[in-house]
Amino acid sequence: MAAPHFLVHGKTDTVGVVVVEGVKAGQTLTGWLMEGNKTLKVKVLNNIPIGHKLALNDIKKGDTIMKYEHDIGVAVANIKKGGHAHVQNVKTKRW
Amino acid sequence: MAKAAKKTAPRAKKAPRSVPAGGYKVPQHVEKAAFVVPTVRGRKARSGRGKPTFLGFRRENGRVGVRSHVVILPLDDLSNASCEAVANNIKGTMAIPHPYGRLQFGEDLELHFRTLIGTGANPNVAAVIVIGIEPTWTQVVVDGIAKTGKPVAGYCIEQNGDHKVIFAASKQAKEFVHWATELEREECGIEELWVSTKCGESDTTSGLAANPTVGNAFDKLDAWGATTCFGETSELTGAEMVCAQRAVSPAIGKKFLKTFQAYMDEVIEPHKTSDLSDSQPTKGNIQGGLTTIEEKAFGNLEKIGKKAKFIDVLEPAEMPRKGAGLYFMDTSSAAAECVTLQAAAGFVVHLFPTGQGNVVGNPIEPVIKVAANPRTVRTMAEHIDYDCSGIMRREMNFDKAGDGLIDMTLRTCNGRNTAAEALGQRQFVLTKLYRSA
Repeated sequence: MAAPHFLVHGKTDTVGVVVVEGVKAGQTLTGWLMEGNKTLKVKVLNNIPIGHKLALNDIKKGDTIMKYEHDIGVAVANIKKGGHAHVQNVKTKRW
Repeated sequence: MAKAAKKTAPRAKKAPRSVPAGGYKVPQHVEKAAFVVPTVRGRKARSGRGKPTFLGFRRENGRVGVRSHVVILPLDDLSNASCEAVANNIKGTMAIPHPYGRLQFGEDLELHFRTLIGTGANPNVAAVIVIGIEPTWTQVVVDGIAKTGKPVAGYCIEQNGDHKVIFAASKQAKEFVHWATELEREECGIEELWVSTKCGESDTTSGLAANPTVGNAFDKLDAWGATTCFGETSELTGAEMVCAQRAVSPAIGKKFLKTFQAYMDEVIEPHKTSDLSDSQPTKGNIQGGLTTIEEKAFGNLEKIGKKAKFIDVLEPAEMPRKGAGLYFMDTSSAAAECVTLQAAAGFVVHLFPTGQGNVVGNPIEPVIKVAANPRTVRTMAEHIDYDCSGIMRREMNFDKAGDGLIDMTLRTCNGRNTAAEALGQRQFVLTKLYRSA
């Protein structure tokens, strides 16, 4: 496949990372699920800068966010599939 | 007539435009200047084809260095000016000024001595001049470094003054330079190499590609019998239980968790005001897409690969004593503090993955920058030694990326100056545990 727009570490992850510059709302992105070498497709709802995360499915407020197949924090607002997941809607559980 | 007058009329000057940050226009004659790329003539690195070797400097105590510095080391802040004057007088020496060394006490003083002695004792250092304000503590550092068998001389400023000290130390430093520049490199096995790692200004590309590239190299170095080290205690928050499972035994895992908890209880908890969300992740991390400390921690942990187990937990700047293998060191997660402590423990080359582009270097330990973020590789090219952004485009796998990084490490050990060395990035930052008396 061509160079992917976003990468996902593991099968249980609920977010992926945009790895190209200039992703615009409404674009349909191709993702690479690194574990098992699968291809995913997600339509993005926001402009997402390189390195930032998108939700792979609808995430509800209070849901645990999974990345590296581990708990990396909690959603503090609902995030729609393809939405930008970052400090405005995800918080640490630690400090 | 009128026509000619019009021709010679001076053109109105345009008002100067304000130049936005990052938007500076390079003058044409610079932009069009030819950029000469010389052919690499160094020894071919040999990773991927059996156990590699490198050309190092064997020191009096048997350890191997990859640089041969003559260091002018201040005991304290008051001696910085003399040290810099000596380094200015004698080319080929390097002063490493720092702001501490007065009225420290207890564990903080022990760490100060351990860091200075360790820095002088590092095999990348051929010979050392120590300058201090008074003789007693100066002697402590001189004696500590002298245990390695390398040439070291100490000078104190009280009852001499800067002028006399600079004169005497400069004469001695010149002799050290003549001696050190005649030392020759010899072929050494990779098992003699001590390699440290720490990441900085991380973003999500660090965890995806740059850190696992270091991890791949670390797994291979570990299998070859090299000595390796990672640190960053606070930056394992959220991944500490997973990290503890990477210990060679339950006892070492427990020792790690005890160190981790002590950092939380003694450093983080008593000093935090609300939460650490403004410092960990850093503003640069957040701009790069990292959201929480847990996310940063799992990315961080990718640096120690998949297989290697850590065999001991070190105090800050403590030299490893259990032989070859991977070590965890209790350090701050600030880049320069961590690298300074690892260099003081005896590590001679450093692998530093960065996402958003941390530019840190170290005066005695070459710091190799690894980046996978294509924007950073493009906008900050002069800082990056090894580009593994190909992983993000699915053009490169971790095994290839790790081999490539090992090649760059060997070339650096053989003498290639890193980006940080060429750019003069040499942050020497001592860790201070509490206020002085």
